[in-house]
Amino acid sequence: MNGRLSRRAVLAAGGAGGLSALAGCTADGGLLGGSDDDDGPPTIGVLEDRSGTFALNGESKWQASLLAVEELNEAGGVLGEEIEVFDPDPQSDNERYRELTREAITDENVVALWAGYSSATREAIRPIVNEHDQLYFYTTQYEGGVCDSTIFPVGATARQQLGAVIPYMIEEYGPRIYTIAADYNFGQISGDWVKIFAEEHGAEVVAEEYIPLEETDFGSTINNIQGEDPDFIASMLVGNEHESFYSQRADNELEIPMASSTTMAQGYEHLRIDPPGLTDVYVGVNYMEEVETDSSQEFVDAFYEKFPDAPYINQEAQNNYFSVHMWAEAVEAVGTFDQEEVIAHLESGVEVDAPEGTIELDPATHHMTHHMRVGHADESHELEFFEEQYIEPSFLHEVGCDLTETPEQTQYEPEDFYDV
Amino acid sequence: MFEFDLYRVLSFAFQFLDSFAVIVLATVGLAIIFGMMGVINLAHGEFILVGAYATTLAFHAGAPLVLAMVIGVAITTVYGVILERTIIHRFYGRLLDSMVVTFGISIVMIQLTRIAFGNSLPQISTPFSSIGFGPYSYSTYRVALAGVALLTLVSLYWLFTRTDFGVRARATMQDADTARSMGVDTDRMYTSTFAIGSALAGLTGALYAPARSMNPEMGSGFLVEAFVAVVVGGPSVLLGTPLAGGLLGAVNAGFTTLGGTFIGQVAMLVAAILAIRLMPNGITGLIETIRQKRRERA
Repeated sequence: MNGRLSRRAVLAAGGAGGLSALAGCTADGGLLGGSDDDDGPPTIGVLEDRSGTFALNGESKWQASLLAVEELNEAGGVLGEEIEVFDPDPQSDNERYRELTREAITDENVVALWAGYSSATREAIRPIVNEHDQLYFYTTQYEGGVCDSTIFPVGATARQQLGAVIPYMIEEYGPRIYTIAADYNFGQISGDWVKIFAEEHGAEVVAEEYIPLEETDFGSTINNIQGEDPDFIASMLVGNEHESFYSQRADNELEIPMASSTTMAQGYEHLRIDPPGLTDVYVGVNYMEEVETDSSQEFVDAFYEKFPDAPYINQEAQNNYFSVHMWAEAVEAVGTFDQEEVIAHLESGVEVDAPEGTIELDPATHHMTHHMRVGHADESHELEFFEEQYIEPSFLHEVGCDLTETPEQTQYEPEDFYDV
Repeated sequence: MFEFDLYRVLSFAFQFLDSFAVIVLATVGLAIIFGMMGVINLAHGEFILVGAYATTLAFHAGAPLVLAMVIGVAITTVYGVILERTIIHRFYGRLLDSMVVTFGISIVMIQLTRIAFGNSLPQISTPFSSIGFGPYSYSTYRVALAGVALLTLVSLYWLFTRTDFGVRARATMQDADTARSMGVDTDRMYTSTFAIGSALAGLTGALYAPARSMNPEMGSGFLVEAFVAVVVGGPSVLLGTPLAGGLLGAVNAGFTTLGGTFIGQVAMLVAAILAIRLMPNGITGLIETIRQKRRERA
C-alpha cells in the first residue's frame, strides 16, 4: 500500500506486461478494443474488495455496481442484451488485482471495467489497462491528476474535495492549519493541495505529519498538535488502523475542529465510533447517504431494498452506481459496445442524473464536475450539509490535459506546477 | 522555557509508558507459548482479536466494561484450549510446521470473523478521560495499561517460579520424558500453559478493545511489536519481555516525540536490527553468556 513499494511493483508489472504484450500480439490482436457481440453476452468487470484491508470501503462499491446492473437488466438490458458481471474478490491485494485485470480483459473480454479502491491499486493495474486500451472507470475520490485516454476517474479529486472544505474552514476558524495524512501517494499529494489552498487563501500550514498506514497510537501526534495549537486540523487519515485517532481525540478532549477529504463519506466513522469522537469534523464530499434530496433518497431506498443488511452506502458506491448508468447510456447512444466508440461518445460531453444531482462529464479530462458539499458532524454525530457548489476538475485544465485533442497516459502531480 | 521542557519530558514519559504497555501486552502471550513450548503462534494476533471482539460484543450486549473484559479473557482461553486439543498439540517440537498451521488458522479466523460480524464492530469509548499537563494531555487509560502490563509480568513471574504448577510446567518444557517419569502429567501441562498464553492474548484484546478500531484484521496490528520483542528479549521470556519492552518502548517513544510516528517506527525497527546483530541470542541470552563467563573465571 506504500507509494514507493507500489511504484516499484508497477515497474515490475510494466516489464512483465511488455513481455506478454509481445507474446500475445497475434493471439488477441483481433479483439483489442473491439466488441465481442458474437462471443456471448456482454460482460463488465467489477473488481472491488470484499475482504482484506479495504473491504469496508469496497463492499459497498461492489453492491452499488450490482444494483445498477440489475436495474439495467430489469429494464430490458443494454442494446437489448442482458449484461453479465465478472466480479471475483481481489482481496485488497494489488498482485491479485493485476491477475484479475488481465483475466477480465483477455479471457472475459469485458466491455468496461470498474476496479479498485486505493490509488496504489489504480497505479498497479494502469499499465495493463493501458496496454489493452481498456475502458476503465476508477470511482474512488482521489488525489487527482490522472490524464489517460481510456480511463475515467469519476470520483471527486483532492482539489474538488479540499477546495470545498479548506477555504470554508479558513473563513470559519482561522488561518493556522496542522496537516495529518496517511504516508503514501494519496496522503502526500493531498497534503500538497492543502498547502496550495492555504496559500491561495492567505493561510498557513504550521506543521504536517505523514503517518504510516499501520499506526494505531496517536498519543504523540495529539501532543504535537496541542503544542502547535492550530485553528483547525486538515486530516487525510486512511484505513482501519487510523480510525483509532478519533477515539483518542475524544479521550484527550482535543476539540480543535478537523477538515477532511477521507472521513465519514467512505468508512462511515460517524456511525461506527461512539460520539463525541467526530465532533466538528468537516468533510468535503460529492455524496453521502445522508444527503436529503429526492434523487438521493430514491437511490438509498433501492439500495437497501436489494441489500437490507448493508451497513452503509459510501460516496464511492454512488460513483460506481452513476458511472454504470452513464456507461449504459453511452452504449445505447452509439448502438454498440465497441469501447472506442463509447469513449468517443463520452468525450462528446455527457450528462448523467446521479443520486448527488445531475452532473456533467468533462470531455477534456475524463473527470466529473461534481456537486460538492461540506458535511459537518455535531457532538452526537448528526450530519448537516452546506456550502453546496458545482466544482469543475480544474487542475488538469491548468496543466493542459485535453484528451479530446492529445491522447495521453499520464498522472500529473501538483508539485510540478505549484510551488509547494 | 523551563516549563515547556518539563512538559515535553512528561509527554515523552507518557509516550514511553504507552509504548511499553503495547509491546509487553502484545508480546507476553506469544512469549509464553513460544518460550515455554517452542510453538511459533502466527495466529497470536487472532487470539487477541477473539478477546477484543468478545469484550466488545459483551459490552454492547449490556455487560459493564470490566465484566465484558473478563468474558473476553474467558472466551479466548476456551478458544485456545479447543484449538490446542484439536490441532496445535500435534505440532509440539515441529517449529516450521507449527508456523504453517498457525498461519493457516490466522487466515481462517480473519475471514470467519468477517463473515460472522462484517467489516467492523462499533467501538467502545475509552474510559477515564485524560491527564492534562500544560497545553498537552494524555489518555489516562493508556498510561494505566503500563501498570496492568507490569502487574501481569509480576504475576507470571510468581506463577512460574514460586508455585508447584510453575515448577512442573518448567520441568515439562525442559525435559518432558524425565518430567513424565517423575509423575508429571505433561499433556495437561502443555494444555495449561497454552491456556495461559491464550488467556494473556485475550487479556490484551480485552484491554485494547476500548482503544483501537474493531475490524477483522486488528490482530495483525500487534504482530510486529510482538515478534520483534520476543526475538530481542531472547530465551528467558519472563525477564526478556519487560527488558525488550523497556528498550524498544524507550526508543520508539523517544524518536516519536522527536520526529513523529513514522520516525518512531523506523527507529524501533533499526534498534531491533542492531539488538539482534549485537546480541544474537537476545538480551537475556547476552545476560546468560556474561553470567557463564563470570562463573568460568571464578
